[in-house]
Amino acid sequence: MDAPPKAIVGPSTFVDDRLGAGTFLKRNLRKIFPDHWSFLLGEIALYSFVILLLTGTFLTFWFKPSMGEVTYTGTYAPLYGVKMSEAYQSALHISFDVRGGLLIRQIHHWAALLFVGGMMAHALRIFFTGAYRKPREINWLIGIILLTLALLEGLTGYSLPDDLLSGAGLRITEGVMLSIPVIGTYLAFFLFGGEYPGHDVISRFYTIHILLIPGILLALITAHMIIMWVQKHTQMAGKGRTEHNVVGAPFYPAFMAKSGAFFLFTFAVIALLGTFAQINPIWLFGPYNPANISAASQPDWYMGFLEGALRIMPSWEINLFDHTIPLSVLIPALVPLGLVMTGMALYPFIEQWVTGDRSEHHIAERPRNNPHRTAIGISAITFYGILWLLGANDVISANFKIDLYTTTWIGRFAIFIGPAIAYFIAYRMCIGLQRKDAEVLSHGVESGVIKRMPNGQYIEVHTPAAEDIAEHIRGKQEIPVLTGAPDGEGIPPKSARTALGRLRTRMSEAYGTDRVPLGNGHAHDEEHEEEHAAVGAGDRKQLH
Amino acid sequence: MTEHNENPESRVPTRVIGTPPTDGPIVDNDPIHVPADVPGVVPQDPVKVRKAERLVAFLFLITFLAGVAFIASYVIFQVGTIDKTAASNYALGGSLAVALLSLAVGITVWVRQIMPKYNLVQERHSMASDEDTREYVKETFLQGADESGFVKHRLLRRTLLLAAAPLGLAPLFLLKDLGPLPGTSLRHTVWGEPTKNGKPRRLVVEGTGQPIRAADFNSPGGILSVVPQGYEEDLDALAKATLILLKFRPEELKSGTNLNWTHDGIVAYSKICTHVGCPAALYEQTTHHILCPCHQSTFDAADGAKVVFGPAARPLPQLPIGIDEEGYLVAKSDFKVPVGPSFWERGDAEAQVRENA
Amino acid sequence: MIGTGISVNSITARRRHPLARVAVVALALGLLGGGYALAAPNGSTADAAIASGKADDVAQGKSLFVAHCASCHGLNAEGTSKAPTLVGVGAAAVDFQVSSGRMPAADAGPQAPRKPRAEWVTDDAVRDLAAYVQSLGGGPTVPSAEQVDAAKGDPAKGGELFRANCIQCHNFVGAGGALTYGKYAPPLNPATPTQIYEAMVTGPQAMPVFNDSTITPEQKRDMIAYITHVRSQVDPGGSGLGRIGPVTEGLVGWIVGLSLLILASIWITAKKRRAQA
Repeated sequence: MDAPPKAIVGPSTFVDDRLGAGTFLKRNLRKIFPDHWSFLLGEIALYSFVILLLTGTFLTFWFKPSMGEVTYTGTYAPLYGVKMSEAYQSALHISFDVRGGLLIRQIHHWAALLFVGGMMAHALRIFFTGAYRKPREINWLIGIILLTLALLEGLTGYSLPDDLLSGAGLRITEGVMLSIPVIGTYLAFFLFGGEYPGHDVISRFYTIHILLIPGILLALITAHMIIMWVQKHTQMAGKGRTEHNVVGAPFYPAFMAKSGAFFLFTFAVIALLGTFAQINPIWLFGPYNPANISAASQPDWYMGFLEGALRIMPSWEINLFDHTIPLSVLIPALVPLGLVMTGMALYPFIEQWVTGDRSEHHIAERPRNNPHRTAIGISAITFYGILWLLGANDVISANFKIDLYTTTWIGRFAIFIGPAIAYFIAYRMCIGLQRKDAEVLSHGVESGVIKRMPNGQYIEVHTPAAEDIAEHIRGKQEIPVLTGAPDGEGIPPKSARTALGRLRTRMSEAYGTDRVPLGNGHAHDEEHEEEHAAVGAGDRKQLH
Repeated sequence: MTEHNENPESRVPTRVIGTPPTDGPIVDNDPIHVPADVPGVVPQDPVKVRKAERLVAFLFLITFLAGVAFIASYVIFQVGTIDKTAASNYALGGSLAVALLSLAVGITVWVRQIMPKYNLVQERHSMASDEDTREYVKETFLQGADESGFVKHRLLRRTLLLAAAPLGLAPLFLLKDLGPLPGTSLRHTVWGEPTKNGKPRRLVVEGTGQPIRAADFNSPGGILSVVPQGYEEDLDALAKATLILLKFRPEELKSGTNLNWTHDGIVAYSKICTHVGCPAALYEQTTHHILCPCHQSTFDAADGAKVVFGPAARPLPQLPIGIDEEGYLVAKSDFKVPVGPSFWERGDAEAQVRENA
Repeated sequence: MIGTGISVNSITARRRHPLARVAVVALALGLLGGGYALAAPNGSTADAAIASGKADDVAQGKSLFVAHCASCHGLNAEGTSKAPTLVGVGAAAVDFQVSSGRMPAADAGPQAPRKPRAEWVTDDAVRDLAAYVQSLGGGPTVPSAEQVDAAKGDPAKGGELFRANCIQCHNFVGAGGALTYGKYAPPLNPATPTQIYEAMVTGPQAMPVFNDSTITPEQKRDMIAYITHVRSQVDPGGSGLGRIGPVTEGLVGWIVGLSLLILASIWITAKKRRAQA
């Protein structure tokens, strides 16, 4: 094509004359984006959000956020004549009497599950590759706020239909609010407009769910994207990739098309789920009544860890001077969430303090190359996962015929032991993988060719690793270590003189010391040959 | 090796706002066309491209057909019964998913097999501004502060802060009417409210509204979900006043149960769990366990509903019941302790009741 | 009428199985990573129209009782250390326990499970046994066909009672749930209308009793109408995922949804290894 078509030239000139958009496009049309599958995890959340906005808008056209009592006269026979709230009635109406209503409702709900799931997977990718390091701390913090808001958005969303299951969630929310010392009862009365359940909470949640939180989400997601754009994406280590460049495909046309395709994949998978997997069948739950509850009442998955924490808590409660602190509610409701969120938020800064590293990082670390960080992350996942699993202990008990209390007791111990074991295993695995890397560099990879040595011994010939793999491995970065060693005159550096300073130095040594330095990767000398031979001798039996 | 696609994210203003843009390029080396032999841009094999083109076109055609099918499904499949809704959901969702999926696959094949392979390189620049810029901003800031007089005029500064304070607090005050203050409302239920005719309030079966004759509730191991007469559909009342009514053989009841508050082996406990307020209602008549399905607090119904497992810290409150002259079960008074989850102002109400007894 | 009801139910039970299996497999994958197959017992076909009280039935029942039940319940159903007395439990209890295969119990567990009936347990045998136990000391009798005719019940009214009294243990569609110490509320899907009625009036095992004076027979029929209506109803939104709520939904979201998307992202970004030096 020699010249752009008139249909494009006209409007572009119009916009450029008025906004100077050309300058922006000139700088950004060919912006380079590095390629890695894990860089698309965040896009799952982004596109789910877009789908949520679209489907959510559709749902608001029929949904009535009112707790006013009506008698159902719609088409779902087993509820005909039953008294219910207008909110529940309108949710039934969307499900059964609006063409495509059920599909859109299900797509909305599945997109919500994948929204949070995508965010978590994305956050884990960022964490394990150290992509939160300078200069990306701000975006990391924005991400944590986004995740917290998404949990709230989910809670307010699944409460809206006012069915029996969502009511159980609301009731637990109220119980948790009441447990907060000093202001708990006031908070609960202000949220519910008086005593639970009142007549206000659905309409208030509606405003929060469709306006307040989505507005903040939209603003923060925009900021998240702009900052990513300005800072340029991190890249994996590899040939020609340094801390000072970014290697990949240009935004226009390649990355744009890939992103577009991935949006369509996300939409397609969610549409498939919405078509073939029923979600939140509110008509089966029945209208909310605080006197009733179903077995196996669970929250959506992302709230499951709070549910699990509540379930394994022993019955602690403090009564002092006519006041009550219900620890059996307060601790599980606040501590795990607080630990995970605060820990995530502080991690970049704690790591900086421990390593003393103030430089910019644009190469994503491989998880194995920072074993303590990876172990901490796996440990946190285990902590979260055990609580999540325990949130479904009644379902596990019923379906796998394990005694209910046994699952609780296992959980009570596992929540402390599990993360410790996970830490140890993850750390050892990282070290093992690092050894494997060092071996690949120094010995090459197995070629599949078996050679017979003059002395009758069989060995497998190793060939040097492919260049891209070798470069990827060589991209390992050293973790800076604070030195606490005394200088020539026997005086330790200033930073290491206090108790905190000594702790910091020791942590820094533990955190940063490279247990498996990579070899130079070229040597293929006699010594190595012998090692091969030794390996070959051991394997000989299997060859015959 | 590769083309250096220079692309500085310039934080220094490239021109002063309000002046016309300079004619010269702000960013250089930005090719408008990518010639086929640019390093880092590897064109695809033309034979494969032609094959891929046919595949992509086929996929786009499927999307077109599925899109048409979606619109047709909307017209053809009506809703109105659950089976029709199911058919409509499958037709709409299936066609939508196929349309999106084949479009997604088509574009992916396009990118992967028709567009060239890219391995372009762009320089990164330190995020921090250079020293000159920082210095300039600092100077400008100080100059502006001086010019505004904010530094010099102390009175101005202080009255401005003073002026802002109440305005900042005003929104918080506006929120006050979100709800009434709790007062002592969490300590009472409608069981203590006087009835219209002044007689004790009857217990009625949830769902049917039938009052319960004690003589009818005569099967040991029986359970009923019970609500206060007159409040059968008042959810606010039910959230605190719902009961489970249990029938025991007299010898099964243990010391934890207040026998004065029972009638002929019939005991009424609050159905609202003392942990976070779910209805605790899974009753095992063999063990007399009441299990809350939310967090599995377990109460021994034969022994004053004391906690035997789980996170709840207090027994389910027992309601004093008796019968009226017609033999129907009635509440003799309100609960003696607050029902439901613990809250800050609650205190150890059970201990107080014991002291007063 | 009853006959058709039963066949619909057994079809329902069979059709429900693949869904249940999908959910269970998803659970197994996600939670234990191992294979696990839910041994779903087949729905029995108890004849609801068991009459009780004919003299030869009683005699026949007594001999069956001595042969199959007396070792635990005692020669005269007076009870032993192993099992309770059956005097006064009524024909309904016998019909429920034996027709659903729970009795004779196979071994001592926390709870006798529903299982395929032994060969000798014919509908006639159940009727005879029930008649014998009824003759020992009365108790609830087997409901008439009319009493359990779902078509005559009002499912909406029954639904309200079902939600007030049953779902806390049996779940919102009767999929069952866990109780303490290995006990459980069984799924209601394989239960016949007669068995549902009998369970309510007799309170088998850990289940409490809902006698006819507090929940009337008409109200019980409404509940049966709701249970049978909802369990045979299609899931309009696709697979019901076992109809056990958000747990399977979350698993499907991760195992199917996110996995598919990760596969897509791998495909989109995959590089073909170019032959390079």
